[in-house]
Amino acid sequence: MENNFLIDSDLLTESGLNRKHQIETDPSSRINHMEYLPGMDVIESDIRKCVMEHFDSYDYSKYTAKDVKRALDSDRCTIEDFKALLSPAAEPFLEQMAIKAQKETSKHFGNTVYLFTPLYIANYCENYCVYCGFNCYNKIKRLKLDFDQIEHEMKVISDSGMEEILILTGESPTKSDVKYIGEACKIARKYFKMVGIEIYPVNVEDYRYLHECGVDYVTVFQETYDSDKYETLHLMGNKRIWPYRFDAQERALMGGMRGVAFSALLGLSDFRKDALASALHVYYLQRKYPHAEMSLSCPRLRPIINNDTINPLDVGEKQLCQIICAYRIFLPFCGITVSSRETAEFRNGIVKIAATKVSAGVSTGIGDHEEKYTGKQEEESGDEQFEICDGRSLNSMYSDITAEGLQPVFNDYVYVG
Amino acid sequence: MENDKLVIGGKEFDSRFILGSGKYSMKLIEAAVKDAGAQIITLAVRRTNTKDEENILDYIPENVTLLPNTSGARDAKEAVRIARLARELGCGDFVKVEIMKDSKYLLPDNNETIKATEILAKEGFVVMPYMYPDLYAARELQNVGAATIMPLASPIGSNKGLATKEFIQILIDEIDLPIIVDAGIGRPSQACEAMEMGAAAIMANTALATAGDLTMMASAFKNAIEAGRKAYLAGLGRVLTRGAAASDPLTGFLH
Repeated sequence: MENNFLIDSDLLTESGLNRKHQIETDPSSRINHMEYLPGMDVIESDIRKCVMEHFDSYDYSKYTAKDVKRALDSDRCTIEDFKALLSPAAEPFLEQMAIKAQKETSKHFGNTVYLFTPLYIANYCENYCVYCGFNCYNKIKRLKLDFDQIEHEMKVISDSGMEEILILTGESPTKSDVKYIGEACKIARKYFKMVGIEIYPVNVEDYRYLHECGVDYVTVFQETYDSDKYETLHLMGNKRIWPYRFDAQERALMGGMRGVAFSALLGLSDFRKDALASALHVYYLQRKYPHAEMSLSCPRLRPIINNDTINPLDVGEKQLCQIICAYRIFLPFCGITVSSRETAEFRNGIVKIAATKVSAGVSTGIGDHEEKYTGKQEEESGDEQFEICDGRSLNSMYSDITAEGLQPVFNDYVYVG
Repeated sequence: MENDKLVIGGKEFDSRFILGSGKYSMKLIEAAVKDAGAQIITLAVRRTNTKDEENILDYIPENVTLLPNTSGARDAKEAVRIARLARELGCGDFVKVEIMKDSKYLLPDNNETIKATEILAKEGFVVMPYMYPDLYAARELQNVGAATIMPLASPIGSNKGLATKEFIQILIDEIDLPIIVDAGIGRPSQACEAMEMGAAAIMANTALATAGDLTMMASAFKNAIEAGRKAYLAGLGRVLTRGAAASDPLTGFLH
């Protein structure tokens, strides 16, 4: 059954509510999601064409056990092999896929698992993405941290031992402009060895500026590579422009970033096709920018404030495990991040097979780290983007990873400009 | 298989055997065309006879594509000069760039090769650079407009086979151009192996020129290259690995 994403807030006036309903029900009231807005960089690139040709023609029902066996027995994984591994025909071979994936992970990463934590500095948002807790119509407590508050949060996180941070904002270029994010990153440089951002897509020059502020890693989730489906889920705001989002990683690399991360939000659309496109996005960009570091995330839909029924539909843990194993076999060099959207049990299992990076000490709210880390009540905080599933602290994550016979790593990186 | 063509510079070829020019004789050319099925034959421009008798061009059938090479060039400038001469001589737009600064091992100089390839590609040549199989150099060659990449398997003329196998495989996997294995292939089985790996074609000369029966060896290469190509297209079967399944399954945590 499809998710019911549309929730009305009692804050809206009658005309506001009418406007919301119109946007939700009348596609002609929405802007063209394939047309760049003024001011958006348009880059010359064939990556989208390469990825979408495979996406459009991928018929996973045609793959058989024979194709899966061939992929598993082969030294190298072709795109065709990868398609077989993502297909329903591969489901009975999950254990064999895990064994192969584990070998590949071990070849490229040894037994290390990287740790990081996200820090949300603002939750204002100008988009209406129906499944997201931050969406502009969702009645939540909004907050934007000032620089003192940001520094305080970073101190608390840094004191816990964390060396890598991912800075996130809601997508509001007005409330959280590039300059504000850049200043936050400069502060982060003082406390962390590695700084990544997961913010709204920006132009090449903005990425260049943010890199100068100390950022080396840019994460952008495409949410779904099915542009028609995307249109029905991202109803308002800059995020509605699907191709501009698609090109974000390439613009980040053009702006001098060292690494980029990709993902579809599994459960929004056909997850097999979205997983295919996510990995091919990595594959083709890696061929074009061989120096870049690439990583994939694999988030599944989670409940949000005011809508606790949202769920990832047909993407169960087995399907998620299949996707992650297929990613690993196809892209052995690629980092794979598994977030706190998943349970501790799942994350403990998947780091033994293929995941190379996990978050710990996570809050998806704003300004509440001290409360979460030490129990000390903070003055004010902003609401969360989604409900997390694994609330382990850094210490407990560290000891659990060690208990699995793996080596937790805080950082293996030096910012060199 | 019938539609499986080798495409270089927009031109289609059925044969995936290319005859090199190092040790040449009129008999070799005849065997390469008739028995090995070669549709491309390299020609060392510096060797073309400007007099009337025994001109190599007279022995190469018209339906065979001439691939003039720049052998003898020691740097990019000389290679460019030789390529332009070849075009003036009416040898067409195809050129195999060979630049060797070392007269003992005759190893190609990748840096100079990249420079020459860039200049010639801009002048409209279909450039096929001979190179040492280095991924960065191959990427540069692709970026500056090479039509194929021609990595060596072993030192030229050595007949030692696929000494650089792992590195050639990387080029096949990573470069979006036909990879033609050039130099060092000494036996049909080695040619077959390179084709199984996904090489687009094989270039050989010494293996034929120094064989006992030239004609029979030419035919053996033809069959080996075709067999390797078929195996590649068919998808090789699996190799069993030893090892028992884990008693504690990796996916046991899934519900």
